[in-house]
Amino acid sequence: MSDINHHLTDALLMSYAAGTLDEAFSLVVATHVSLCDECRARLEAFEAVGGVLVEESDNVALSDDALDATFALIDVGLSEEPERRIAAPDSVFPTPLQEYVGGDLEAVRWRALGGGVMQAVLKTSGNDKVRLLSIPGGTAMPDHGHRGLELTMVLKGAFEDEDGYFGRGDVEVANEDLHHTPVAVAGETCICLAATDAPLRFKGIVPRIAQPFLGI
Amino acid sequence: MPTDIAIDEGSVPARPASYAGRVMQPAVPKSPSPENEDFVALVERIQSKDREAFAALFRHFAPRVKAFLMKGGTNEGLAEECTQEVMATLWTKAHMFDPSRASVSTWVFTIARNRKIDALRRMKRPEPEDLPWGPEAEPDQADVMTLRQESEKLAVAIAELPEKQRDLIQRAYFGDLSHAQIAEETGLPLGTIKSRIRLALERLRHAMG
Repeated sequence: MSDINHHLTDALLMSYAAGTLDEAFSLVVATHVSLCDECRARLEAFEAVGGVLVEESDNVALSDDALDATFALIDVGLSEEPERRIAAPDSVFPTPLQEYVGGDLEAVRWRALGGGVMQAVLKTSGNDKVRLLSIPGGTAMPDHGHRGLELTMVLKGAFEDEDGYFGRGDVEVANEDLHHTPVAVAGETCICLAATDAPLRFKGIVPRIAQPFLGI
Repeated sequence: MPTDIAIDEGSVPARPASYAGRVMQPAVPKSPSPENEDFVALVERIQSKDREAFAALFRHFAPRVKAFLMKGGTNEGLAEECTQEVMATLWTKAHMFDPSRASVSTWVFTIARNRKIDALRRMKRPEPEDLPWGPEAEPDQADVMTLRQESEKLAVAIAELPEKQRDLIQRAYFGDLSHAQIAEETGLPLGTIKSRIRLALERLRHAMG
C-alpha cells in the first residue's frame, strides 16, 4: 500500500469522478485506486466537486407523487443490490479486476503472443481496449509508440523503462510523446493491466506484421 | 489559493448552442431554512429506517438531482424516473455512507452519477474496492466536522473562481470534455480536502486492522 510511486493524472481522476471516462480506462483507475489511498483521496476530492455541483443545481420540481413512488420502490426492494464480494487481502487482483476476470490470476484465459509473452483482452464497451499482459522476467515488450493514451499498471513483478521502475500498484501514463521499451525485471513474471485508446504502433517489422493477428 | 484552472483549452471544442443556460449558479442559499439542516444526522436516522428523515432528505436533494441529470442531457421523463431510483438507492445504501470522507451532497452525486452511466451510457462502471467500516468502528466525530467545514470552503472557493473556469468545470462534469481535453494538472483548489480525506482513510485502514 505504501510503496506506490507512479500515480494517476488529475485529468484521469477528474473524468472518472465525473463519470465520463471510458470503461477500459475506468477499470485501470478503479484497480489502481483499490491499491493506492493517495489516489483514492484525490478521487474523492474530485467527487466533492461533483457534490458542490449537485448542491448548486437549480431545483426542478418532481411529480406530485414522486415521494410515494420512491417509497414504493423502496418497499418492493428494487434498489437492493447483492452484497459485493471483496477480494481476499492476499489476492493478486483487486476486487474490480476480479469482477472482469471472473476470479484471481489463476482464472485468466491467456493467449500466447510469442517469446513467452501472453495476453488476455478483457471485455468492455467502447473503442478503448484493456488487456492483461504476462511478461517473463528479463523479457522486453516490443518497442512501441502510441497514437493515443496508454495506461499500464503493474499487478505482480515489475518492469523498467526510460521512465523508471514500476512495481506492484504503480501505473505508467504514456501518450504520443513517449516511445518506451518496458523490460520485465529479471526473476518474477510481470503481470500488467494495460488500457489503450488507439492501436499501439510498433517499430520493428515483425511486430508490425503480427499486429493484425495479435489484436494489439 | 490557486485560482488558475489549467484546462487544456486548445483542444476544447466550441461550446455547442444547446449549452446556453448551463451557467453555474453562485453559492447563494436558495431557501434559507432547509439549507441549515444537518444532512448527516438525517442519513443516520435513515440508517434506522426513519421515513420522516428520508422525506426531508428527499425534499432537499430530489429536485437538485433531477436538475443535475437534466443538465447532463437527460430528458425530463427519464430524469424523473432516475431521480426516484437514486433516492431509493440512498435509502438502501445509507449504512455505507462515511461522513468523515464525503459530504451528503458528494455521496448523492456519486449515486446519481452511477445511475446516469448505467441508464444513459449503458456502460458498466468498474468501482474501486469498498472500504467498509467494521461492525464496531465508527467515523471519528472530529473528522466528520472537519470534512463538513472543508466541503463548505470548497463550495465557496469554486463559487469564487472566474466564470470561465467554473464553466470549464461544469463542462467536464456534464460530459462536454473528454479526459484528453482536461490538462494533467487541473489546478483546482483540492489540496486541503484531499489531505482530510487521506487522514480519514488512514484511520479507516487502522480500524479495519
